[in-house]
Amino acid sequence: MISFEKAGLSYGEKPVLRNVTLRVQPGEHAALLGPSGCGKSSLLNLAAGLLRPTEGTVTVNARRAAYAFQEARLLPWRTAAENVNAVLDDSAATMLQALAWLEAVGLADAADKLPAELSGGMRQRVNLARALAYDGDLLLLDEPLKELDPSRLDSILSLLRTHAAGKTLLLAIHDIGQARALADSLYVFRDMTFVPQK
Amino acid sequence: MDRRRDLIKNILAVAFWLGVWALFAALLDRALLLPGPWAVAKRLAVLARTGEFWRITLMSLWRILLGAALGILAGAVLAAGTCRSSVLEALLSPLLTVIRATPVASFILLVLIWVGRDILPCVIVFLMVLPSVWDNVSAGIRSTDRQLLEMARVYAFPPWRTVRRVFAPSVGPHFLSACQTCLGLAWKSGVAAEVLTVPLRSIGRELYESKLYLETVDLFAWTAVVVLCSLALEKLLSVGIRRLGRRPMLGGTGQ
Repeated sequence: MISFEKAGLSYGEKPVLRNVTLRVQPGEHAALLGPSGCGKSSLLNLAAGLLRPTEGTVTVNARRAAYAFQEARLLPWRTAAENVNAVLDDSAATMLQALAWLEAVGLADAADKLPAELSGGMRQRVNLARALAYDGDLLLLDEPLKELDPSRLDSILSLLRTHAAGKTLLLAIHDIGQARALADSLYVFRDMTFVPQK
Repeated sequence: MDRRRDLIKNILAVAFWLGVWALFAALLDRALLLPGPWAVAKRLAVLARTGEFWRITLMSLWRILLGAALGILAGAVLAAGTCRSSVLEALLSPLLTVIRATPVASFILLVLIWVGRDILPCVIVFLMVLPSVWDNVSAGIRSTDRQLLEMARVYAFPPWRTVRRVFAPSVGPHFLSACQTCLGLAWKSGVAAEVLTVPLRSIGRELYESKLYLETVDLFAWTAVVVLCSLALEKLLSVGIRRLGRRPMLGGTGQ
C-alpha cells in the first residue's frame, strides 16, 4: 500500500505539492492526471523514496518497487539487453529473460544496440521492459506511453495491463483515455494536491 | 593512410631536430660542452651492452613505478572516501593543498630526513602523483549522472554493481587521463629525487656522477635513457587505455 498523509514538497522556497492525502491499496491501479510540470513525477519520486516530503508523511509497503522513469535513464554504455539485464541478476544466466522482455515490447532486433542508437520511443520501451522485468509488487510508471509510436500503443497498453494485474500501480499520465485504460482510480491535480476524480 | 603520413611526419620532425643538434655540435666542436647525437648514440649502445646498465634502469623504473602505483591507489581510495564523507574531505583537503603547493625540492630534502635514500624517490613520486589522481577521480565521481544513481537505487543494485555499471564508466576516463598525466610527472620527479639523493643503482646517480666528472656524453646518454623510458611507458599506457576503453566496464561497448 502507498499512503500519502498531508504530504507536501518544496524545492527550496518553491512549494510543488501541498497537503496531498492519497491512499493506494494493494493491487489497486491509480493514475495521476495533470498538466506537465504539475508535480506528478515528484509524487512518484516520493513514492519511490527518491525524495522526502517536506511536510506530512509518505508510507510505502512494498517488497520491491519497479520504476519506469519519464526520461529513460538507461546506462549509455550498455546495450538495450544489458540495460534490462542490469536489474535482473546482471549475469549470463538472466540474459535470456532480459531478451524475452525486449521481445515483449517489440525490441528483439534492437537488443544489441546502445541507447544512443535508439529513437526516443525505443528507449522508452527499453525503460518499460526494464521495469516489467524487475517484477516488483509495486509498479511506478511516469508517462509510460510518452514518445511511443501510435502503432505500438495498443500492444504496450495490453502488456502493461496484463503485467500489472495483481500488483499495485501508480502512474503519472496526461491522457485521460489512457489513464482509464490502465487505472481503476484517477486523481486529478488541483491546487497543489491530487483529488479523486469521480 | 593517415597513420602512415603521421608516422612519416613524426620521423621527419625528429630527424630535423637531430640535424639541428648535430649542426650545433659540429659548429661548437667541443664534445665536453655539446656532444653530437652520433657520439651519444654510440655511448648508449656501449652502455646497453652491459648488465649494469639494465640493472640501473630497472631499479629506477621499479622505484618510480612502485611510487606511482601506490600514489594512484591511495589517490583513488581517498577520492572515493572524500566524495562520500564531507568530514573526511574537510579533514584531508588542507593536507592535499599543502602537498600540492610544496616544491618537489623541499619535499626531497624534508623526506630525506625521515627515510633512506633508496626509498626516497618512491616516496616523492607517491606524493607527486597522489593529489593529481585524487583531484581527477573526485571530479569523475562528482560528474557521475545523478539520475543513473537514482535508477540504481530504485532497482536496488548491490554496491559492486553500482560501482561497476554506473561509477566506473563515469570515473574511468578521468582516472585514465590522471594516470597518463601522472606517469610523466612521476618519471620527472622520481629522477630529480634520485639526482639529489644518489641512491645506489639509479639513473639519477649516473646523471649526477656524469656531471661531477664532466662526462658530458654519459650525461646525454643517460638523459636519453630517461626520455626513451618515458616515451615507452607513455606508449604502453596509451595502448592499455585503448584496450581498456573497449571494455564495457570503462565506458566502452565491449565490441
